[in-house]
Amino acid sequence: MKKIFSLVVALMMALTVCSFAAAENTVSTDGSTSMEKVVGALGEYFMEQNPGVTFTYNPTGSGSGITAVQEGRCDIGLSSRALKDEEKAAGLAETVVAYDGIAIIVHPDNPVADLSVETIGKIYTGEITNWKEVGGNDAEIVVIGREAGSGTRDGFESITGTKDACKYRQELTATGDVITTVSQNPNAIGYASLASVKDAVKAVTVDGVAPTEDTVKDGSYVVQRPFVFVTREGEALSETAQKFFDFATSADAAEIIAAAGAVAPADEAVQK
Amino acid sequence: MKNGKRVFETAVHGIFLVLGLITVACVLLITVYLVISGIPAIREIGLVPFLFGEKWASTAAEPSYGILPFILTSIYGTAGAILLGVPIGFFAAVYLAKAASPRVKAVMQSAVSLLAGIPSVVYGLVGMLVLVPGIRKLFHVPDGSSLLAAMIVLAIMILPSIIKVSVTALEAVPSEYEDASLALGATPVETWFRVSVPAARSGIAAAVVLGVGRAIGEAMAVMMVSGNVPNMPSLFQSVRFLTTAVASEMSYASGLQRQVLFSIALVLFLFIMLMNATLNFFLKRNKEG
Repeated sequence: MKKIFSLVVALMMALTVCSFAAAENTVSTDGSTSMEKVVGALGEYFMEQNPGVTFTYNPTGSGSGITAVQEGRCDIGLSSRALKDEEKAAGLAETVVAYDGIAIIVHPDNPVADLSVETIGKIYTGEITNWKEVGGNDAEIVVIGREAGSGTRDGFESITGTKDACKYRQELTATGDVITTVSQNPNAIGYASLASVKDAVKAVTVDGVAPTEDTVKDGSYVVQRPFVFVTREGEALSETAQKFFDFATSADAAEIIAAAGAVAPADEAVQK
Repeated sequence: MKNGKRVFETAVHGIFLVLGLITVACVLLITVYLVISGIPAIREIGLVPFLFGEKWASTAAEPSYGILPFILTSIYGTAGAILLGVPIGFFAAVYLAKAASPRVKAVMQSAVSLLAGIPSVVYGLVGMLVLVPGIRKLFHVPDGSSLLAAMIVLAIMILPSIIKVSVTALEAVPSEYEDASLALGATPVETWFRVSVPAARSGIAAAVVLGVGRAIGEAMAVMMVSGNVPNMPSLFQSVRFLTTAVASEMSYASGLQRQVLFSIALVLFLFIMLMNATLNFFLKRNKEG
């Protein structure tokens, strides 16, 4: 009895030591909430491939993530927008790991098929309120958006230049809710991550370009944002973090990124 | 032997006491936590701009944290639900308690219990897919997600509590009262409304207060049909309730925005405390009367 007991204790101690050793092998990321799916999938796969490595993701928002990597509180900062010039001047480097297209969706019966970025901005700020002004039926436009703080909303508003100026008719808390609501109302317009768009709604072309994986990749579809890894310029990452960084920007990761709903950049884009 | 029995009794007593205290501790913990985390933001914004500010823009460059639209929406929405739900619930209860044949009563009561058991997300989903497009078509408004949709969903959700508590109150009226009324030549209908209902009035009032409590605290179903835009309440406008204000922004909030959400929860908590105090008042009167 005593023997078994001491064996168990020894085993437990060994396990504790093991987990301590593992704690040193960590990759910590911090930042954008919209990158949750992509980073989560990458991290999960990375941990599976490298037993003993711990991957952490702290969803705080792009701004906080950039600050965190600047202050050295994490290995890699996550940002769902490109770095500003002053951030680059402060010694930060960006690497695009993926692009996320935001589709502008309307009801399938809506005759409007194309909108310019400017028109979309005007619709969302309430300057255009009737579909007939953009070549549709004579009906009031029902503007659907996401709740304050959502990464998709932030991305959409900064691309269309409508930050804090949108006059929403409905603010919903999930991509799925936006799609369901738009599919229910013939006069609704909404925005949703490209990967989630289904047949129940129609994605309009923006400035004549349809949102597809290819147009997002080559940049011709403009309602898109980059998912960026932020690192400190000229400072080496820890061995494990570098390994993760290399993996995330490699061709192997493209499939995982695509499964998570984003578009991996074309090869030349990785180099920039 | 006797001693052992006493020890056992004491032990059981102690265990029950501990289990009872866990509940009390939970209530205390939540209260203290809400007060502690809700006060700092109110201090920073100021009580008057917080409670009576008309503009909510939590993530704007110059944020504004006025929750008056939420408070008014919660009050209007609950009042609307009571206005729609209480007449239906009240008459259904009178029918069930006094007029229905035993078989009809059994079927209807199990239907009411079933209604109480439906999860609120299901109410929300049905509301979103049936009620919201229905309102849009019926009233020719551009969008059906509105205060009205929330009121209708809440009215249906509070029916079970109103009916059940009212039926219990009406059934508790001593049959001597009714027999006396009937013996004096009153018709059954006169007896129900002139004798039974007045005798059960504090119980029925408690049922209404219970309904108010349920309506004001509901988040999920309301979030799915009301549109969630922080407008001042109006029947066909998209509105945001106190509950949905907390629920819809919590997942991404940070800093002061997050603290304000706790403050909103504190306001909601105070409202519900008020409801409970009112309920206790009616129940107490019920016992005495």
